[in-house]
Amino acid sequence: MMNIQIKKFYYGDIPDSSPSSSNDVRSTENPWPLWEIFIRSKQGLDHKHAGSLHAADAQMAIENARDVYTRRQEGLSIWAVESKFIHASNPDDAEMFYEPSTDKVYRHPTFYDLPDEVKHM
Amino acid sequence: MSLHDLEKLFQEKIDKEIKIEPKDWMPDAYRKTNLRQISQHAHSEIVGMLPEGNWISRAPSLKRKAILIAKVQDEAGHGLYLYSAAETLGTSREQMIDDLHSGKAKYSSIFNYPTLTWADMGAVGWLVDGAAILNQVMLCRTSYGPYARAMVRICKEESFHQRQGFETLLVLSKGTDEQKAMCQDAINRWWWPSLMMFGPKDSESTNSDQSIKWKIKRKTNDELRQQFVDMIVEQVKLLGMTLPDPELKWNEDRKHYDFGEINWDEFWNVVKGNGPCNKQRLEARKKAHEEGEWVRAAALAFAEKRKNKLNTKAA
Repeated sequence: MMNIQIKKFYYGDIPDSSPSSSNDVRSTENPWPLWEIFIRSKQGLDHKHAGSLHAADAQMAIENARDVYTRRQEGLSIWAVESKFIHASNPDDAEMFYEPSTDKVYRHPTFYDLPDEVKHM
Repeated sequence: MSLHDLEKLFQEKIDKEIKIEPKDWMPDAYRKTNLRQISQHAHSEIVGMLPEGNWISRAPSLKRKAILIAKVQDEAGHGLYLYSAAETLGTSREQMIDDLHSGKAKYSSIFNYPTLTWADMGAVGWLVDGAAILNQVMLCRTSYGPYARAMVRICKEESFHQRQGFETLLVLSKGTDEQKAMCQDAINRWWWPSLMMFGPKDSESTNSDQSIKWKIKRKTNDELRQQFVDMIVEQVKLLGMTLPDPELKWNEDRKHYDFGEINWDEFWNVVKGNGPCNKQRLEARKKAHEEGEWVRAAALAFAEKRKNKLNTKAA
């Protein structure tokens, strides 16, 4: 084993002599808008939120979503919605907002006591 | 509600394993810690593409090349999942990228080591991704919802990375003497930096206590590192190779392997920017970003043009 020479490649794809001129310049570019991505994994199932991404327009959002979220056949259909159009309920109001349903147990089938003889119900 | 009450409620939620979502109230320090950790994690995925990208053009076969491209593409995807998760905490993509380029934000130091031979692709997959996976499996249960969801997605994809790495080394370990030597050499070079990936010792880590209380992390650096050592010591036997640590020894009392002291001077030196490739990595990222600027601008201009065209048609 002692005379074996291993050929080593030093990191070479990026040339060393390319000093970046704008080291500390802040980005002034106009950023691409943010999109929320929904994916249907299988015919018959709902579209489900997969995550978000940036894209210049809807077509690009769908193409990027294909690459970012469906590399392993996770989807058959993609919806892209620009994030600014999503309206959400306020988590601080959750108690007040959802509380009215907690005392309506009669909305659940288990509320009703039926004799065991009743079949198929 | 007073700040004190809000903090108490917040901790109660955490203790009850209720996930924190973007619009929920959270302490500033929780937001900041998550932001730092998630963006650092995202940067690591993106910078992590560079050492492997180095071998795409030199892969030994078309099969290996296709695998490597798929792996690097996954890493780009992982970076994007994580940037999106970080953005839910109120920062912007541009801000995070600026912070990376200015050196304000860090990324995992492991990517500041060079990939010198093809065997490094195996060692990176097996050891580096192996170490990352232990951390990421833990983070699937982290308390911040968007981060946890991103991690679940990432973990599903990551196991292919580790398996292909081990298989790459397995093939080399059964090859010619030169290939075997290359395999051992790569393991020797990547072993210690991989152990450093778990971060400073618990006794010296400043972030651990609070992160565990907030369930951002669920295991300490030392616990994860030990788990990694125990796992790899067994796996390396299957390769017929050795790990470069004479102090590695089974400890019957602890039921764990003891291992030698990490070179912490080297660790801090690389963190501070003096590793073998720190400069190239950042230059490569900046160059890519700057040279992509016209593409981003052109895409926006094209989108605008297309929108106007549609509007004219509709009118």
